[in-house]
Amino acid sequence: MSTLPRPESAARPDVADPVEPGDVVAPPVAERRRRPRRLVRAVVLLALAAATVVFVYPLLWLLSASFKPRADVFDNRLVPRTFTVENYLTVWDAAPIGLWLVNTVVVTVLAAVTVTVSSALVAWGFAFFRFRLRGPLFGLVLATMMLPGAVTLIPTFLIWNQLGLVGTNVPLWAGNLFGSAFYIFLLRQFFLGLPREPFEAARLDGANNWVMFWRLAVPLCRPALVLTLLFEAQAAWTDLMRPLIYLQDSDTFTIPRGLKALVDQFGPAGESQWEVVVTASVLTTVPMIVLFFVGQRHFVQGITTTGTKG
Amino acid sequence: MTSTTTASRAPANPRRRRPTASARRERNAALRFISPWIVGFVVFTAWPILYSAYLSLTDYDVINDPTFVGLDNYRQLATDPKVALALWNTLVYTVVQVPVYVLLALGLALLLDRAGRSAGFFRTAFFVPKMTPPVAVGVLLLLLFNGEYGVVNQVLGWFGVDGPAWTTDPDWIKPGLVLISLWSVGSSVIILLAALRGVPTELYDAARVDGAGFWRRTRTVTVPMISGPLFFVVVVNTIAAFQLFTEAYTAYFGAGSSTYRNDAALFYVIYLFQQGFEFLHMGYASALAWLLFVVIMLVTVVQLLVSRRLVYYEGDRR
Repeated sequence: MSTLPRPESAARPDVADPVEPGDVVAPPVAERRRRPRRLVRAVVLLALAAATVVFVYPLLWLLSASFKPRADVFDNRLVPRTFTVENYLTVWDAAPIGLWLVNTVVVTVLAAVTVTVSSALVAWGFAFFRFRLRGPLFGLVLATMMLPGAVTLIPTFLIWNQLGLVGTNVPLWAGNLFGSAFYIFLLRQFFLGLPREPFEAARLDGANNWVMFWRLAVPLCRPALVLTLLFEAQAAWTDLMRPLIYLQDSDTFTIPRGLKALVDQFGPAGESQWEVVVTASVLTTVPMIVLFFVGQRHFVQGITTTGTKG
Repeated sequence: MTSTTTASRAPANPRRRRPTASARRERNAALRFISPWIVGFVVFTAWPILYSAYLSLTDYDVINDPTFVGLDNYRQLATDPKVALALWNTLVYTVVQVPVYVLLALGLALLLDRAGRSAGFFRTAFFVPKMTPPVAVGVLLLLLFNGEYGVVNQVLGWFGVDGPAWTTDPDWIKPGLVLISLWSVGSSVIILLAALRGVPTELYDAARVDGAGFWRRTRTVTVPMISGPLFFVVVVNTIAAFQLFTEAYTAYFGAGSSTYRNDAALFYVIYLFQQGFEFLHMGYASALAWLLFVVIMLVTVVQLLVSRRLVYYEGDRR
């Protein structure tokens, strides 16, 4: 990447921004900065470039190490001296990696879809209708966000245990059928931003509440729903604590739980076969990187919204 | 203009008036949409809170019925050296991690704000690590911060610094965890960058006319104008730091890991997890959870009170 400022870029302070303009993102204030001095710009870009190296290096290190033979894992070269795919075959033999990946995909899809549908329904209930208990009830939704997960962790385990579902993947996603406070809050923000007129018109045309929700509100808020799907997909994919609590049999593991098992077996306390751990880490991480690049626009916009409107 | 975060609520209707038929219909329709949350709230929040409160007064190992022991668990909390240790570790981690993390996020956001067209590229680069599953972050901690072969110590060596044994020396385990946590600073950078872009130019121009330099402008214009999002970042990261689990558990706990270094990484939620799900002390773990709840509430309330004095909100944010 170039660290020198190009003349045009100095003249136009607006940023090439992957976020689409919308009311949830602070509008770029045009002509707000005077033309920065070239030296300042060069120093800024140099600092950012250095930071980029620090941020990206660990991922490249990991990817590179997964293609090195065991002896070279710690050689800290970005280009492997000896390139081998042996590690991927070893991992495949050492653990049911394929099964873990399938399990994780299943849990991730179920968790993301259920939480999106249920949270959208609830958010719409709070956004569109006027009723006396709306304020207090929504306050209760917000209050549950403040509750540390630790407080409900044990009774929730006992519920699933009572239902005989410990050891299955059901506890990892079924709670999402009832909506999640954070997403209810987020989606309500988007629903509140919709103009009211189309809905009044639809109502006069005899549309019922369900039709108005499904045919009008949902299509108008598709970006927010995609955002919810992406956020929850990330949360479900990367979770370790609940798989630790609920999954016992190796064949039912999600990939983070499996990776933890491999760390225990091959890591510092085990057989010190770091190439196995490294390769499994790559397989755990890459789907999330792909998810990010697929939904980058939504991720950035969603984080902006929750941070500046929370 | 409102002055608090929770300003806009439902309009205060005249209370205690019999709802009309259409109001009743509207309410019933709303309740139908909200019903999944109501069921979930009762089953997965309200009941667990009550049951957890009850369990904290019992001994319960899942297999046998709970036996009521009164306040014994809470008495044990007060004398259990591991609780004191876990609280201390968590407090030290939080007190160091949150300021460093937020200052780094602010610094990177300020840089990005002046980066012109390339800001989008850098923002992506900073955010990608946030996508890494925390388990893999724990693995990277063990690898990159390895005292003998790790790249961190290799780089330190270039500057003539003999790096410590980050992952095995009890004194250096927490600093290592703080440093690796900074790798995930990207989402906070995005929030603060968006806030910076919303600061009106006129304020900077006025400050410049008054002769304020960069630092002066940052302190007296930028930081006050973004104090809302800044406060949000502080609160969210404080709560997250208090509940640190996955990275530390992956690196230093679990089947077969040696115990000598674990004491330095015994964070509160890890101890709670061990008590509840490894030793099956469900009653004691419930008491631990309530102590955590009280601590987090206290910290959050203090932060809210402080923010009343420090945070400036412009306009209605809802």
